[in-house]
Amino acid sequence: MFKVWYRDFKVWTRYFTSSFVANLGEPILYLLAIGFGLGRYVASFDGLSYAEFIAPALVVVSVMNTASFETTFSSYTRMAVQKTFDAIAATPLTFRQIVRGEILWAASKACFSSMVIFGVVAAFGLVKTPWAFAVVLICAVQGILFASLGILATAFAKSYEMFNYYFTLFISPMFLFSGTFFPLGGLPDWVYAVAWAMPLTHAVAGAREIFQGPPGPVFFKSLLWLGIAAALVSWAAVRKMEKRLFV
Amino acid sequence: MSRPVIVAENLTKRFGHLTAVNCIRFSIQEGECFGFLGPNGAGKTSTMKMIYGFSPVTEGDLWVLDLSVKKHSVQVKRSMGVVPQEDSLDPELSVIDNLLVYARYYDVPSKEAATRADELLKFLQLEEKRKDSISKLSGGMKRRLVIARALINKPKILILDEPTTGLDPQARHSIWNKLRNLKKSGVTMVLTTHYMEEATQLCDRLVIMNEAKILAEGRPHELIRDRVGREVYEIRASRKALNPLKDKFQTQGFDAECFDETLYLFVRDGTPPPEALLAMVKSMDFHHRPATLEDVFLKVAGRELRE
Repeated sequence: MFKVWYRDFKVWTRYFTSSFVANLGEPILYLLAIGFGLGRYVASFDGLSYAEFIAPALVVVSVMNTASFETTFSSYTRMAVQKTFDAIAATPLTFRQIVRGEILWAASKACFSSMVIFGVVAAFGLVKTPWAFAVVLICAVQGILFASLGILATAFAKSYEMFNYYFTLFISPMFLFSGTFFPLGGLPDWVYAVAWAMPLTHAVAGAREIFQGPPGPVFFKSLLWLGIAAALVSWAAVRKMEKRLFV
Repeated sequence: MSRPVIVAENLTKRFGHLTAVNCIRFSIQEGECFGFLGPNGAGKTSTMKMIYGFSPVTEGDLWVLDLSVKKHSVQVKRSMGVVPQEDSLDPELSVIDNLLVYARYYDVPSKEAATRADELLKFLQLEEKRKDSISKLSGGMKRRLVIARALINKPKILILDEPTTGLDPQARHSIWNKLRNLKKSGVTMVLTTHYMEEATQLCDRLVIMNEAKILAEGRPHELIRDRVGREVYEIRASRKALNPLKDKFQTQGFDAECFDETLYLFVRDGTPPPEALLAMVKSMDFHHRPATLEDVFLKVAGRELRE
Protein backbone atom coordinates (compact mmCIF):
# COMPACT_ATOMS: atom_id res chain seq x y z
CA MET A 1 0.00 0.00 0.00
CA PHE A 2 2.77 2.45 0.95
CA LYS A 3 4.74 1.39 -2.11
CA VAL A 4 1.89 2.47 -4.35
CA TRP A 5 1.68 5.68 -2.35
CA TYR A 6 5.39 6.19 -2.96
CA ARG A 7 4.98 5.71 -6.70
CA ASP A 8 2.31 8.39 -6.88
CA PHE A 9 4.35 10.63 -4.61
CA LYS A 10 7.39 10.28 -6.84
CA VAL A 11 5.39 11.23 -9.92
CA TRP A 12 3.93 14.20 -8.09
CA THR A 13 7.36 15.51 -7.10
CA ARG A 14 8.23 15.53 -10.81
CA TYR A 15 5.29 17.76 -11.61
CA PHE A 16 5.35 19.63 -8.33
CA THR A 17 5.35 23.25 -9.56
CA SER A 18 2.47 22.95 -11.96
CA SER A 19 0.26 21.11 -9.48
CA PHE A 20 1.21 23.60 -6.77
CA VAL A 21 0.07 26.57 -8.83
CA ALA A 22 -3.15 24.78 -9.75
CA ASN A 23 -3.78 24.06 -6.07
CA LEU A 24 -3.22 27.61 -5.07
CA GLY A 25 -4.86 29.52 -7.89
CA GLU A 26 -8.54 28.71 -7.61
CA PRO A 27 -9.07 29.15 -3.87
CA ILE A 28 -7.25 32.50 -3.94
CA LEU A 29 -9.63 33.65 -6.66
CA TYR A 30 -12.63 32.57 -4.59
CA LEU A 31 -11.26 34.28 -1.55
CA LEU A 32 -10.65 37.54 -3.38
CA ALA A 33 -13.78 37.62 -5.52
CA ILE A 34 -16.32 36.18 -3.13
CA GLY A 35 -14.73 36.61 0.29
CA PHE A 36 -13.50 40.16 -0.07
CA GLY A 37 -15.40 41.32 -3.18
CA LEU A 38 -18.92 40.06 -2.66
CA GLY A 39 -18.30 39.97 1.09
CA ARG A 40 -18.36 43.76 1.31
CA TYR A 41 -22.08 43.67 0.54
CA VAL A 42 -22.88 40.85 2.93
CA ALA A 43 -23.87 41.37 6.55
CA SER A 44 -21.68 39.70 9.13
CA PHE A 45 -22.64 36.32 10.60
CA ASP A 46 -22.20 35.82 14.34
CA GLY A 47 -19.66 38.59 14.41
CA LEU A 48 -17.62 37.14 11.52
CA SER A 49 -16.75 39.03 8.38
CA TYR A 50 -17.78 37.20 5.22
CA ALA A 51 -14.15 36.38 4.37
CA GLU A 52 -13.72 34.90 7.86
CA PHE A 53 -16.91 32.94 7.31
CA ILE A 54 -15.83 31.25 4.09
CA ALA A 55 -12.11 30.79 4.93
CA PRO A 56 -12.47 27.46 6.81
CA ALA A 57 -14.86 26.24 4.11
CA LEU A 58 -12.30 26.94 1.40
CA VAL A 59 -9.77 24.81 3.26
CA VAL A 60 -12.04 21.74 3.32
CA VAL A 61 -13.34 22.39 -0.21
CA SER A 62 -9.78 22.03 -1.47
CA VAL A 63 -9.62 18.60 0.20
CA MET A 64 -12.79 17.58 -1.63
CA ASN A 65 -11.59 18.85 -4.99
CA THR A 66 -8.07 17.46 -4.80
CA ALA A 67 -9.09 14.03 -3.54
CA SER A 68 -11.97 13.76 -6.02
CA PHE A 69 -9.88 14.77 -8.98
CA GLU A 70 -7.03 12.47 -8.04
CA THR A 71 -9.13 9.32 -7.68
CA THR A 72 -11.34 9.93 -10.72
CA PHE A 73 -9.44 11.39 -13.68
CA SER A 74 -5.97 10.50 -12.43
CA SER A 75 -6.70 7.03 -11.06
CA TYR A 76 -8.76 6.18 -14.13
CA THR A 77 -5.83 7.19 -16.33
CA ARG A 78 -3.50 4.99 -14.31
CA MET A 79 -5.96 2.12 -14.38
CA ALA A 80 -7.34 2.14 -17.93
CA VAL A 81 -4.91 4.14 -20.04
CA GLN A 82 -1.44 3.69 -18.61
CA LYS A 83 -2.09 0.16 -17.27
CA THR A 84 -0.16 1.12 -14.16
CA PHE A 85 -2.37 -1.01 -11.92
CA ASP A 86 -1.84 -4.02 -14.16
CA ALA A 87 1.91 -3.56 -14.09
CA ILE A 88 1.92 -3.36 -10.31
CA ALA A 89 -0.41 -6.34 -9.94
CA ALA A 90 2.19 -8.55 -11.64
CA THR A 91 4.43 -7.94 -8.61
CA PRO A 92 3.69 -9.38 -5.14
CA LEU A 93 1.19 -6.58 -4.55
CA THR A 94 -2.51 -7.34 -4.79
CA PHE A 95 -5.20 -5.23 -6.44
CA ARG A 96 -6.59 -4.53 -3.00
CA GLN A 97 -3.30 -3.05 -1.84
CA ILE A 98 -3.03 -1.00 -5.00
CA VAL A 99 -6.47 0.53 -4.50
CA ARG A 100 -5.74 1.27 -0.84
CA GLY A 101 -2.49 2.91 -1.88
CA GLU A 102 -4.37 5.10 -4.34
CA ILE A 103 -6.86 6.19 -1.68
CA LEU A 104 -4.09 6.92 0.79
CA TRP A 105 -2.16 8.91 -1.78
CA ALA A 106 -5.16 10.99 -2.85
CA ALA A 107 -5.95 11.75 0.80
CA SER A 108 -2.34 12.81 1.43
CA LYS A 109 -2.30 15.04 -1.59
CA ALA A 110 -5.63 16.53 -0.53
CA CYS A 111 -4.28 17.23 2.97
CA PHE A 112 -1.24 18.86 1.51
CA SER A 113 -3.29 21.14 -0.71
CA SER A 114 -5.61 22.05 2.17
CA MET A 115 -2.56 23.08 4.19
CA VAL A 116 -1.47 25.29 1.33
CA ILE A 117 -4.87 26.98 1.43
CA PHE A 118 -4.61 27.19 5.18
CA GLY A 119 -1.37 29.10 4.66
CA VAL A 120 -3.10 31.43 2.22
CA VAL A 121 -6.04 32.27 4.49
CA ALA A 122 -3.61 32.72 7.37
CA ALA A 123 -1.62 35.13 5.23
CA PHE A 124 -4.83 37.12 4.67
CA GLY A 125 -5.22 37.32 8.44
CA LEU A 126 -8.22 35.00 8.58
CA VAL A 127 -6.81 32.57 11.14
CA LYS A 128 -7.42 33.97 14.61
CA THR A 129 -6.54 31.07 16.90
CA PRO A 130 -3.89 28.32 16.92
CA TRP A 131 -6.75 25.83 17.42
CA ALA A 132 -7.48 26.30 13.74
CA PHE A 133 -4.53 24.02 12.94
CA ALA A 134 -6.61 21.11 14.20
CA VAL A 135 -8.61 21.41 10.98
CA VAL A 136 -5.98 19.03 9.59
CA LEU A 137 -7.75 16.20 11.46
CA ILE A 138 -10.93 16.92 9.55
CA CYS A 139 -8.97 17.21 6.31
CA ALA A 140 -7.34 13.80 6.81
CA VAL A 141 -10.57 11.90 7.44
CA GLN A 142 -12.44 13.87 4.81
CA GLY A 143 -9.60 13.17 2.37
CA ILE A 144 -10.00 9.41 2.83
CA LEU A 145 -13.77 9.76 2.38
CA PHE A 146 -13.63 11.76 -0.86
CA ALA A 147 -10.79 9.64 -2.23
CA SER A 148 -12.91 6.55 -1.62
CA LEU A 149 -15.98 8.12 -3.21
CA GLY A 150 -13.86 8.94 -6.26
CA ILE A 151 -12.52 5.37 -6.44
CA LEU A 152 -16.07 4.10 -6.21
CA ALA A 153 -17.04 6.28 -9.18
CA THR A 154 -13.96 5.09 -11.06
CA ALA A 155 -14.87 1.47 -10.39
CA PHE A 156 -18.08 2.04 -12.34
CA ALA A 157 -16.62 4.32 -15.02
CA LYS A 158 -16.42 3.13 -18.60
CA SER A 159 -14.88 6.36 -19.87
CA TYR A 160 -13.96 9.86 -18.72
CA GLU A 161 -17.48 11.06 -19.61
CA MET A 162 -18.84 9.44 -16.50
CA PHE A 163 -16.77 11.78 -14.32
CA ASN A 164 -18.51 14.81 -15.80
CA TYR A 165 -21.70 13.48 -14.23
CA TYR A 166 -19.92 12.81 -10.99
CA PHE A 167 -18.68 16.37 -10.79
CA THR A 168 -21.76 18.23 -12.08
CA LEU A 169 -24.32 16.18 -10.18
CA PHE A 170 -22.44 15.49 -6.99
CA ILE A 171 -19.32 17.55 -6.33
CA SER A 172 -20.46 20.96 -7.64
CA PRO A 173 -23.84 21.03 -5.84
CA MET A 174 -22.04 20.02 -2.69
CA PHE A 175 -19.58 22.83 -3.18
CA LEU A 176 -22.43 25.35 -3.34
CA PHE A 177 -24.98 23.98 -0.89
CA SER A 178 -23.03 22.58 2.04
CA GLY A 179 -22.95 25.74 4.07
CA THR A 180 -19.86 26.85 2.23
CA PHE A 181 -21.10 30.29 1.21
CA PHE A 182 -24.17 30.74 3.41
CA PRO A 183 -25.38 29.24 6.69
CA LEU A 184 -27.88 26.39 6.44
CA GLY A 185 -29.91 27.52 9.47
CA GLY A 186 -33.41 28.78 8.62
CA LEU A 187 -33.70 26.82 5.37
CA PRO A 188 -36.64 24.40 4.81
CA ASP A 189 -36.29 21.10 6.62
CA TRP A 190 -35.91 18.99 3.51
CA VAL A 191 -33.04 21.15 2.25
CA TYR A 192 -31.43 20.74 5.61
CA ALA A 193 -31.92 16.97 5.46
CA VAL A 194 -30.29 16.76 2.03
CA ALA A 195 -27.42 18.92 3.19
CA TRP A 196 -26.96 16.74 6.25
CA ALA A 197 -26.45 13.71 4.02
CA MET A 198 -23.63 15.48 2.18
CA PRO A 199 -20.11 14.88 3.50
CA LEU A 200 -18.91 18.40 2.79
CA THR A 201 -21.56 19.88 5.15
CA HIS A 202 -19.93 18.12 8.08
CA ALA A 203 -16.42 19.06 7.06
CA VAL A 204 -17.43 22.71 6.72
CA ALA A 205 -19.25 22.74 10.07
CA GLY A 206 -16.34 21.15 11.93
CA ALA A 207 -13.77 23.38 10.26
CA ARG A 208 -15.77 26.51 11.01
CA GLU A 209 -16.01 25.66 14.68
CA ILE A 210 -12.32 24.89 15.12
CA PHE A 211 -11.42 28.18 13.39
CA GLN A 212 -13.13 29.95 16.30
CA GLY A 213 -11.37 28.26 19.18
CA PRO A 214 -11.18 24.99 21.13
CA PRO A 215 -13.09 22.02 19.70
CA GLY A 216 -16.71 21.68 20.77
CA PRO A 217 -19.50 19.20 20.05
CA VAL A 218 -19.83 20.27 16.39
CA PHE A 219 -16.18 19.50 15.68
CA PHE A 220 -16.32 16.04 17.27
CA LYS A 221 -19.67 15.19 15.72
CA SER A 222 -18.42 16.10 12.27
CA LEU A 223 -15.23 14.05 12.78
CA LEU A 224 -17.34 11.08 13.84
CA TRP A 225 -19.72 11.41 10.87
CA LEU A 226 -16.84 11.71 8.42
CA GLY A 227 -14.95 8.84 10.08
CA ILE A 228 -17.87 6.41 9.86
CA ALA A 229 -18.61 7.42 6.27
CA ALA A 230 -14.91 7.08 5.33
CA ALA A 231 -14.74 3.57 6.81
CA LEU A 232 -17.89 2.41 4.99
CA VAL A 233 -17.16 4.00 1.64
CA SER A 234 -13.49 2.95 1.54
CA TRP A 235 -14.51 -0.63 2.30
CA ALA A 236 -17.06 -0.58 -0.52
CA ALA A 237 -14.69 1.18 -2.93
CA VAL A 238 -11.87 -1.34 -2.42
CA ARG A 239 -14.26 -4.26 -2.86
CA LYS A 240 -15.93 -2.85 -5.93
CA MET A 241 -12.62 -1.98 -7.55
CA GLU A 242 -11.18 -5.43 -6.83
CA LYS A 243 -14.25 -6.95 -8.47
CA ARG A 244 -13.63 -4.89 -11.56
CA LEU A 245 -9.90 -5.57 -11.82
CA PHE A 246 -9.46 -9.13 -10.63
CA VAL A 247 -11.41 -11.12 -13.22
CA MET B 1 17.40 -30.05 -14.11
CA SER B 2 14.09 -31.48 -15.11
CA ARG B 3 11.90 -30.66 -12.16
CA PRO B 4 8.46 -29.39 -13.13
CA VAL B 5 8.10 -25.74 -12.10
CA ILE B 6 4.64 -25.08 -13.50
CA VAL B 7 1.97 -27.76 -13.59
CA ALA B 8 -1.63 -27.32 -14.76
CA GLU B 9 -4.34 -29.93 -14.29
CA ASN B 10 -7.72 -29.46 -15.96
CA LEU B 11 -7.15 -25.74 -15.88
CA THR B 12 -10.25 -23.80 -16.89
CA LYS B 13 -11.04 -20.12 -17.23
CA ARG B 14 -14.50 -18.79 -17.88
CA PHE B 15 -15.73 -15.22 -18.28
CA GLY B 16 -19.48 -15.52 -17.86
CA HIS B 17 -20.59 -17.78 -20.68
CA LEU B 18 -17.34 -17.53 -22.58
CA THR B 19 -14.85 -20.32 -21.95
CA ALA B 20 -11.40 -18.88 -22.60
CA VAL B 21 -9.42 -21.90 -21.39
CA ASN B 22 -11.07 -25.29 -21.41
CA CYS B 23 -9.67 -27.99 -19.17
CA ILE B 24 -6.05 -27.93 -20.31
CA ARG B 25 -3.06 -29.68 -18.78
CA PHE B 26 0.64 -29.07 -19.22
CA SER B 27 3.86 -29.32 -17.28
CA ILE B 28 6.80 -26.97 -17.67
CA GLN B 29 10.28 -28.12 -16.62
CA GLU B 30 12.90 -26.07 -14.85
CA GLY B 31 15.20 -24.17 -17.19
CA GLU B 32 13.28 -24.77 -20.39
CA CYS B 33 11.61 -22.32 -22.70
CA PHE B 34 8.00 -23.37 -23.11
CA GLY B 35 5.81 -21.84 -25.77
CA PHE B 36 2.08 -21.30 -26.15
CA LEU B 37 1.12 -20.85 -29.77
CA GLY B 38 -2.27 -20.05 -31.08
CA PRO B 39 -4.38 -17.59 -33.02
CA ASN B 40 -5.87 -14.57 -31.30
CA GLY B 41 -8.47 -15.61 -28.77
CA ALA B 42 -7.09 -19.12 -28.38
CA GLY B 43 -6.67 -18.72 -24.64
CA LYS B 44 -2.91 -18.10 -24.44
CA THR B 45 -3.05 -14.82 -22.57
CA SER B 46 -5.78 -16.06 -20.22
CA THR B 47 -3.51 -18.97 -19.34
CA MET B 48 -0.58 -16.61 -18.71
CA LYS B 49 -2.70 -14.36 -16.53
CA MET B 50 -3.70 -17.28 -14.35
CA ILE B 51 -0.07 -18.33 -14.02
CA TYR B 52 0.99 -14.93 -12.73
CA GLY B 53 -1.91 -14.61 -10.37
CA PHE B 54 -3.53 -11.79 -12.29
CA SER B 55 -6.74 -13.58 -12.99
CA PRO B 56 -8.43 -16.15 -10.74
CA VAL B 57 -8.57 -19.81 -11.79
CA THR B 58 -12.19 -20.81 -12.52
CA GLU B 59 -11.65 -24.57 -12.24
CA GLY B 60 -8.83 -27.08 -12.05
CA ASP B 61 -5.42 -26.74 -10.45
CA LEU B 62 -2.32 -24.75 -11.17
CA TRP B 63 0.95 -25.07 -9.28
CA VAL B 64 3.98 -22.87 -9.62
CA LEU B 65 7.15 -24.01 -7.80
CA ASP B 66 5.01 -26.46 -5.81
CA LEU B 67 2.68 -23.70 -4.60
CA SER B 68 -0.96 -23.56 -5.56
CA VAL B 69 -1.62 -20.32 -7.41
CA LYS B 70 -5.12 -20.26 -5.96
CA LYS B 71 -3.83 -19.93 -2.41
CA HIS B 72 -0.34 -18.48 -2.67
CA SER B 73 -0.42 -16.03 -5.54
CA VAL B 74 1.63 -13.45 -3.65
CA GLN B 75 4.54 -15.87 -3.03
CA VAL B 76 4.26 -17.13 -6.59
CA LYS B 77 4.53 -13.60 -7.93
CA ARG B 78 7.72 -13.05 -5.90
CA SER B 79 9.63 -15.59 -7.96
CA MET B 80 8.26 -14.46 -11.28
CA GLY B 81 8.95 -11.74 -13.81
CA VAL B 82 6.21 -10.71 -16.22
CA VAL B 83 6.45 -9.11 -19.64
CA PRO B 84 2.80 -8.37 -20.39
CA GLN B 85 1.32 -8.07 -23.84
CA GLU B 86 0.21 -4.49 -23.36
CA ASP B 87 2.90 -1.94 -22.81
CA SER B 88 2.53 -0.99 -19.16
CA LEU B 89 5.60 1.14 -18.52
CA ASP B 90 4.99 4.09 -16.27
CA PRO B 91 4.94 7.11 -18.62
CA GLU B 92 5.14 9.46 -15.67
CA LEU B 93 8.54 8.15 -14.58
CA SER B 94 11.97 8.14 -16.23
CA VAL B 95 13.62 4.96 -17.54
CA ILE B 96 15.68 4.39 -14.40
CA ASP B 97 12.80 5.27 -12.07
CA ASN B 98 10.60 2.74 -13.83
CA LEU B 99 13.07 0.10 -12.66
CA LEU B 100 13.67 1.52 -9.19
CA VAL B 101 10.02 2.08 -8.33
CA TYR B 102 9.23 -1.42 -9.59
CA ALA B 103 12.01 -2.87 -7.43
CA ARG B 104 10.29 -1.45 -4.36
CA TYR B 105 7.17 -3.49 -5.11
CA TYR B 106 9.38 -6.57 -4.69
CA ASP B 107 11.04 -5.21 -1.52
CA VAL B 108 14.44 -5.14 -3.19
CA PRO B 109 16.66 -3.01 -0.89
CA SER B 110 17.34 0.31 -2.59
CA LYS B 111 21.14 -0.11 -2.85
CA GLU B 112 20.78 -3.51 -4.41
CA ALA B 113 18.04 -2.22 -6.69
CA ALA B 114 20.32 0.54 -7.96
CA THR B 115 23.12 -1.90 -8.82
CA ARG B 116 20.73 -4.32 -10.44
CA ALA B 117 19.00 -1.60 -12.44
CA ASP B 118 22.38 -0.50 -13.80
CA GLU B 119 23.28 -4.06 -14.73
CA LEU B 120 19.97 -4.57 -16.48
CA LEU B 121 20.18 -1.31 -18.40
CA LYS B 122 23.61 -2.42 -19.57
CA PHE B 123 22.42 -5.92 -20.45
CA LEU B 124 19.53 -4.54 -22.50
CA GLN B 125 21.59 -1.71 -23.99
CA LEU B 126 19.58 1.12 -22.51
CA GLU B 127 22.29 2.85 -20.46
CA GLU B 128 22.20 5.99 -22.56
CA LYS B 129 18.46 6.33 -22.05
CA ARG B 130 18.75 6.18 -18.27
CA LYS B 131 17.20 9.57 -17.54
CA ASP B 132 14.92 9.81 -20.55
CA SER B 133 11.18 9.75 -20.30
CA ILE B 134 9.35 6.75 -21.67
CA SER B 135 7.78 8.66 -24.55
CA LYS B 136 11.24 9.16 -26.08
CA LEU B 137 11.87 5.42 -26.45
CA SER B 138 11.30 3.43 -29.63
CA GLY B 139 9.04 0.36 -29.60
CA GLY B 140 12.03 -1.97 -29.33
CA MET B 141 13.55 0.00 -26.47
CA LYS B 142 10.25 0.01 -24.58
CA ARG B 143 10.05 -3.75 -24.95
CA ARG B 144 13.61 -4.14 -23.71
CA LEU B 145 12.84 -1.92 -20.75
CA VAL B 146 9.79 -4.02 -19.92
CA ILE B 147 12.06 -7.08 -19.97
CA ALA B 148 14.57 -5.29 -17.73
CA ARG B 149 11.74 -4.42 -15.37
CA ALA B 150 10.58 -8.03 -15.30
CA LEU B 151 14.10 -9.11 -14.28
CA ILE B 152 14.56 -6.64 -11.43
CA ASN B 153 13.61 -9.26 -8.81
CA LYS B 154 15.91 -11.97 -10.29
CA PRO B 155 12.96 -14.18 -11.18
CA LYS B 156 13.19 -17.96 -11.50
CA ILE B 157 10.41 -17.87 -14.07
CA LEU B 158 9.95 -15.29 -16.79
CA ILE B 159 6.55 -14.91 -18.43
CA LEU B 160 6.66 -13.39 -21.90
CA ASP B 161 3.28 -12.59 -23.42
CA GLU B 162 3.96 -11.82 -27.10
CA PRO B 163 7.30 -10.17 -26.37
CA THR B 164 8.05 -9.02 -29.92
CA THR B 165 4.64 -8.28 -31.41
CA GLY B 166 4.79 -5.12 -33.48
CA LEU B 167 8.58 -4.79 -33.56
CA ASP B 168 10.82 -4.49 -36.61
CA PRO B 169 13.12 -7.43 -37.49
CA GLN B 170 16.24 -5.85 -35.96
CA ALA B 171 14.50 -5.22 -32.67
CA ARG B 172 13.03 -8.73 -32.67
CA HIS B 173 16.37 -10.39 -33.28
CA SER B 174 18.03 -8.34 -30.59
CA ILE B 175 15.34 -9.39 -28.10
CA TRP B 176 15.69 -13.04 -29.12
CA ASN B 177 19.41 -12.83 -28.44
CA LYS B 178 18.83 -11.40 -24.99
CA LEU B 179 16.28 -14.08 -24.22
CA ARG B 180 18.66 -16.84 -25.32
CA ASN B 181 21.30 -15.42 -22.98
CA LEU B 182 18.80 -15.40 -20.16
CA LYS B 183 17.92 -19.00 -20.81
CA LYS B 184 21.56 -19.97 -20.51
CA SER B 185 21.58 -18.46 -17.05
CA GLY B 186 18.90 -20.97 -16.05
CA VAL B 187 15.73 -18.87 -16.08
CA THR B 188 12.62 -20.85 -16.99
CA MET B 189 10.73 -19.03 -19.71
CA VAL B 190 7.09 -19.23 -20.68
CA LEU B 191 6.34 -17.57 -23.97
CA THR B 192 3.24 -16.87 -25.99
CA THR B 193 3.50 -15.82 -29.58
CA HIS B 194 1.87 -16.08 -32.94
CA TYR B 195 5.18 -15.77 -34.72
CA MET B 196 6.16 -19.30 -35.66
CA GLU B 197 9.72 -18.25 -36.27
CA GLU B 198 9.96 -16.91 -32.75
CA ALA B 199 8.71 -20.19 -31.36
CA THR B 200 11.16 -22.21 -33.47
CA GLN B 201 14.02 -19.94 -32.45
CA LEU B 202 13.38 -19.93 -28.74
CA CYS B 203 11.21 -22.78 -27.54
CA ASP B 204 12.41 -26.17 -26.34
CA ARG B 205 8.85 -27.40 -26.19
CA LEU B 206 5.55 -25.87 -27.08
CA VAL B 207 1.83 -26.41 -27.23
CA ILE B 208 -0.53 -25.24 -29.93
CA MET B 209 -3.79 -23.86 -28.60
CA ASN B 210 -6.99 -23.22 -30.47
CA GLU B 211 -10.44 -22.39 -29.17
CA ALA B 212 -9.44 -22.79 -25.52
CA LYS B 213 -7.91 -26.26 -25.99
CA ILE B 214 -4.41 -27.65 -26.46
CA LEU B 215 -4.28 -29.41 -29.81
CA ALA B 216 -0.64 -30.46 -30.06
CA GLU B 217 2.41 -30.61 -27.85
CA GLY B 218 6.07 -31.33 -28.49
CA ARG B 219 9.50 -30.08 -29.52
CA PRO B 220 9.32 -27.78 -32.55
CA HIS B 221 11.37 -30.05 -34.83
CA GLU B 222 9.58 -33.19 -33.75
CA LEU B 223 6.24 -31.53 -34.34
CA ILE B 224 7.27 -30.53 -37.83
CA ARG B 225 8.64 -34.00 -38.58
CA ASP B 226 5.63 -35.84 -37.17
CA ARG B 227 2.83 -33.61 -38.36
CA VAL B 228 3.93 -32.40 -41.79
CA GLY B 229 7.23 -34.01 -42.75
CA ARG B 230 10.31 -32.47 -44.29
CA GLU B 231 9.28 -30.55 -47.37
CA VAL B 232 6.29 -28.74 -48.77
CA TYR B 233 5.22 -27.95 -52.32
CA GLU B 234 2.84 -25.05 -52.66
CA ILE B 235 1.07 -25.11 -55.99
CA ARG B 236 -1.03 -22.16 -57.07
CA ALA B 237 -3.76 -22.58 -59.66
CA SER B 238 -7.53 -22.41 -59.96
CA ARG B 239 -9.56 -24.64 -57.68
CA LYS B 240 -10.78 -26.59 -60.72
CA ALA B 241 -7.26 -27.47 -61.78
CA LEU B 242 -6.10 -28.26 -58.24
CA ASN B 243 -8.81 -30.66 -57.11
CA PRO B 244 -7.95 -33.51 -59.54
CA LEU B 245 -4.28 -33.04 -58.76
CA LYS B 246 -4.98 -33.31 -55.06
CA ASP B 247 -6.90 -36.57 -55.61
CA LYS B 248 -4.02 -37.99 -57.62
CA PHE B 249 -1.54 -37.22 -54.87
CA GLN B 250 -3.80 -38.60 -52.21
CA THR B 251 -4.31 -41.91 -54.05
CA GLN B 252 -0.51 -42.19 -54.19
CA GLY B 253 -0.46 -41.88 -50.42
CA PHE B 254 0.69 -38.26 -50.19
CA ASP B 255 -0.63 -35.80 -47.70
CA ALA B 256 -2.20 -32.98 -49.70
CA GLU B 257 -4.73 -30.31 -48.93
CA CYS B 258 -6.35 -27.45 -50.79
CA PHE B 259 -7.11 -24.03 -49.41
CA ASP B 260 -8.38 -21.19 -51.58
CA GLU B 261 -6.27 -21.30 -54.74
CA THR B 262 -3.35 -23.20 -53.29
CA LEU B 263 -2.57 -26.90 -53.01
CA TYR B 264 -0.26 -27.89 -50.18
CA LEU B 265 1.67 -31.09 -50.77
CA PHE B 266 3.57 -32.43 -47.77
CA VAL B 267 6.52 -34.69 -48.42
CA ARG B 268 6.90 -36.73 -45.26
CA ASP B 269 10.28 -38.44 -45.49
CA GLY B 270 11.89 -36.59 -48.36
CA THR B 271 11.00 -39.14 -51.08
CA PRO B 272 10.02 -36.95 -53.99
CA PRO B 273 6.68 -37.44 -55.73
CA PRO B 274 6.69 -39.67 -58.87
CA GLU B 275 8.18 -38.05 -62.00
CA ALA B 276 4.90 -37.89 -63.87
CA LEU B 277 3.15 -35.98 -61.10
CA LEU B 278 6.15 -33.79 -60.46
CA ALA B 279 6.21 -32.81 -64.13
CA MET B 280 2.61 -31.66 -63.80
CA VAL B 281 3.49 -29.61 -60.74
CA LYS B 282 6.46 -28.07 -62.48
CA SER B 283 4.29 -26.90 -65.35
CA MET B 284 2.30 -24.83 -62.83
CA ASP B 285 3.13 -21.94 -60.55
CA PHE B 286 4.79 -23.68 -57.62
CA HIS B 287 7.08 -23.17 -54.67
CA HIS B 288 9.20 -25.89 -53.05
CA ARG B 289 10.44 -25.27 -49.51
CA PRO B 290 11.32 -26.98 -46.22
CA ALA B 291 8.43 -27.60 -43.84
CA THR B 292 8.09 -25.13 -40.97
CA LEU B 293 6.23 -24.81 -37.73
CA GLU B 294 3.76 -22.60 -39.54
CA ASP B 295 2.63 -25.63 -41.56
CA VAL B 296 2.05 -27.55 -38.35
CA PHE B 297 0.20 -24.65 -36.88
CA LEU B 298 -2.13 -24.15 -39.83
CA LYS B 299 -2.74 -27.86 -40.08
CA VAL B 300 -3.65 -28.14 -36.43
CA ALA B 301 -5.48 -24.85 -35.92
CA GLY B 302 -7.10 -24.70 -39.35
CA ARG B 303 -6.58 -22.09 -42.02
CA GLU B 304 -9.74 -20.08 -41.55
CA LEU B 305 -9.46 -16.46 -40.45
CA ARG B 306 -10.18 -15.66 -36.80
CA GLU B 307 -12.22 -12.52 -36.59
